[in-house]
Amino acid sequence: MRIQVTAEACSGCRLCRQVCVVEKFGEVNPRKARLRIEARFPVPGRYVPHVCDQCGDCAEACPTEAIVQRADGVYEVQPELCTACGVCIDVCPEGVMVKGPDDIPFKCDFCWRCTEVCNTGALVRVE
Amino acid sequence: MLKGFGGRQLRINLSTGEIRTSPLDPTFARKWLGGRGFVAKILYDEVPRNADPFGPENRLVVTPGVFSGNFGPSGSKCSFGAVSPLSNGEGDSTVGGHFGPELKFAGYDLIVFQGISPKPVYLFIDDDRVELRDASAYWGQGTMETEAALKRDLGEDFEIAAVGPAAENRVVFACIGHDYGRQAGRCGVGAVMGGKRLKAIAVRGTRSTPLHDLPTLKELTLRIIKRTAQHPNMAPWQKYGTAMFVGWSNEHGVYPTHNFQTTYFDRYAGIDGGPLVERILVTNKACFGCWMNCGKYSKVQIEGKDTVYVEGPEYETGSLCGGNCGFDQIEQVAYVNWLCDTVGIDTMTGGNIIAFAMECYEKGLITRKQLEGHELRWGNLEDVEHFIRMVVERRGIGEYFARGYQAAAAYIGGGAERYTCQVKGQGMSGYDGRGAPAMLLAYMTADIGAHHNRAWTITMDEDLGKDVIRGKAKVVVHLQHIRPLFDTISSCRLFWGEIDVTDQEHIDAIKLMTGWDDFTLEEAMRLSERIWNLNRAHFLERNGGPGRKFDYPNARFYEEAVPSGPAKGARLTLADLDVMLDEYYAARGWGLDGNPSREVLEDLGLEDVATNLERAGLLGQLSAPLPPVRGEKYKPKAF
Repeated sequence: MRIQVTAEACSGCRLCRQVCVVEKFGEVNPRKARLRIEARFPVPGRYVPHVCDQCGDCAEACPTEAIVQRADGVYEVQPELCTACGVCIDVCPEGVMVKGPDDIPFKCDFCWRCTEVCNTGALVRVE
Repeated sequence: MLKGFGGRQLRINLSTGEIRTSPLDPTFARKWLGGRGFVAKILYDEVPRNADPFGPENRLVVTPGVFSGNFGPSGSKCSFGAVSPLSNGEGDSTVGGHFGPELKFAGYDLIVFQGISPKPVYLFIDDDRVELRDASAYWGQGTMETEAALKRDLGEDFEIAAVGPAAENRVVFACIGHDYGRQAGRCGVGAVMGGKRLKAIAVRGTRSTPLHDLPTLKELTLRIIKRTAQHPNMAPWQKYGTAMFVGWSNEHGVYPTHNFQTTYFDRYAGIDGGPLVERILVTNKACFGCWMNCGKYSKVQIEGKDTVYVEGPEYETGSLCGGNCGFDQIEQVAYVNWLCDTVGIDTMTGGNIIAFAMECYEKGLITRKQLEGHELRWGNLEDVEHFIRMVVERRGIGEYFARGYQAAAAYIGGGAERYTCQVKGQGMSGYDGRGAPAMLLAYMTADIGAHHNRAWTITMDEDLGKDVIRGKAKVVVHLQHIRPLFDTISSCRLFWGEIDVTDQEHIDAIKLMTGWDDFTLEEAMRLSERIWNLNRAHFLERNGGPGRKFDYPNARFYEEAVPSGPAKGARLTLADLDVMLDEYYAARGWGLDGNPSREVLEDLGLEDVATNLERAGLLGQLSAPLPPVRGEKYKPKAF
């Protein structure tokens, strides 16, 4: 289970970021999105989506073991164990963990809203 | 609390450096809605009628509307407005990309600049932090170069709107660039910005936009996304974007060729959407939140030239800088596109001006000596590059072209005005109206001059008959209300026009964003008509009357028949144009002199404007009872 990224297909619309925040925070503010689109412009002119692949680096780095893996492979933050130290945000290799209210980090939980709205084939749900 | 908006406005005096932030008045927001609505009202109220467009009293208005940055269909747009140095009337131009949404996320719905900065500056906005900063390091740089430099200096997550050397030098058709190749191109808004010595605006916003009912808005938008993804127009729009209309326009005999001498370019196959995608496309490039992603980003390699990257060519560039200038290879068109973008001139009026100069050269009205020893031949890249430099640097004869059509034609003499394909100083869009009379009427009567975004009628002209003059004016009036409405709400009209997101769905989205439960399509259409009449009054108060005398194109369009192609033989007479204008003014509730009547102005809540026109002797007299509804919707039978 993963989000398959085809960077060549991405047109940089950021609808994925928009829907992510609408879904997870009930807000319109793409800066809180749990994925990001890197724009390499003016040269070579490419968009590169960065998404969570549930690599577990965040869980490994967490000093309080507040990030645990579910049976389906998704890593989840347990807010009650989190001290908001921010280490997980720093170590995320894709740079897709974000601070939420009270500095508690949020991460992708494979809700698939981004793959549902992506109309270019750049983000595709793969079981 | 105002919902759906950022909630704040900025007033900036560039002469004194004063910056004021204040809340956006909710009554003002509801009455004028944003975008083009805010522009029209502010310019009408604040710019003295005798103020020079390049003087300190002119305003530069920057305004993302209610859709911008929102979770609705295509909320990407931002309007830039000023009294236009092209028309000397209200001017507004929208740009897509990500700039408008970013301003919104910083919490601003409106920025009004006045004055002239003593030295080059840029406006820095990082949420609440707003500063005018020294821009001398960027002055002289191209639009894309400036954007890259500001992103390097401030951070990649800033969105930039910048002008190039053309605007710094007040070339009247200078544009504002954003996102490496998108422009607020029309009306010379860039020239006003450069004239104020405002090099750029850099913005970063991190706030959430307050919304009335996001859960229902989310449902609506997700439903629209799902439905339109399957629309038959989606795939071609995604693949080719607007460039696919190069072929279409040729086949339909409306494609501007060699400065509108004819309407069919026999070598168009090399500059259509196909060669763009096959030969130069690097990536599709969408505006904020748009799942249609019609923008194309291209890499251009031409022997002897630096490799350049450019967004486009879009259709308008592909016509006006394409066949209209005699270029038959997509790489050449894209290179001219890049040249215009980087120096910061509108490819539309710019393409027109180049083609105008080419025809003057062809006819011996301008000489090699005046071109500093160069020529200006159809389809010659070196010639065009040199000519653009002359205009941007205002060297020699370039000085007169930099001032616009009127100055250039007057300087050149020899009847050159016949070859100025424009209305009110604005170069025509990429459709010739001789085989589509309503399209010509749309250009003639557009508030900002000959621009197709106010009304586009080619399919209706074909449907009702390409030689039919009567009965079309009411539809033009309707289109002039519905199409600019998308510039008022800052949404892309292509969703409405191409993939059938309905006008009512846009209204439903506004209600969910704002909580204006009683907001209706009728209110929106009345607003659009109010803006139209306000802009007409503004134009008349600045330029005198009667309005009718400003509503004619150059003589080519009523004295010359189309000489070749599918529309061969099509011609209109001055009498035809007058029939259309008579019908049009009656449909608008204006006098036959083209001046708005008190009756229509009062009906739209513009009593004060009627009084102003009356005082100036510019009020029109109705020749028939005021139509209760102005304009008539038309559904094409065929495409």
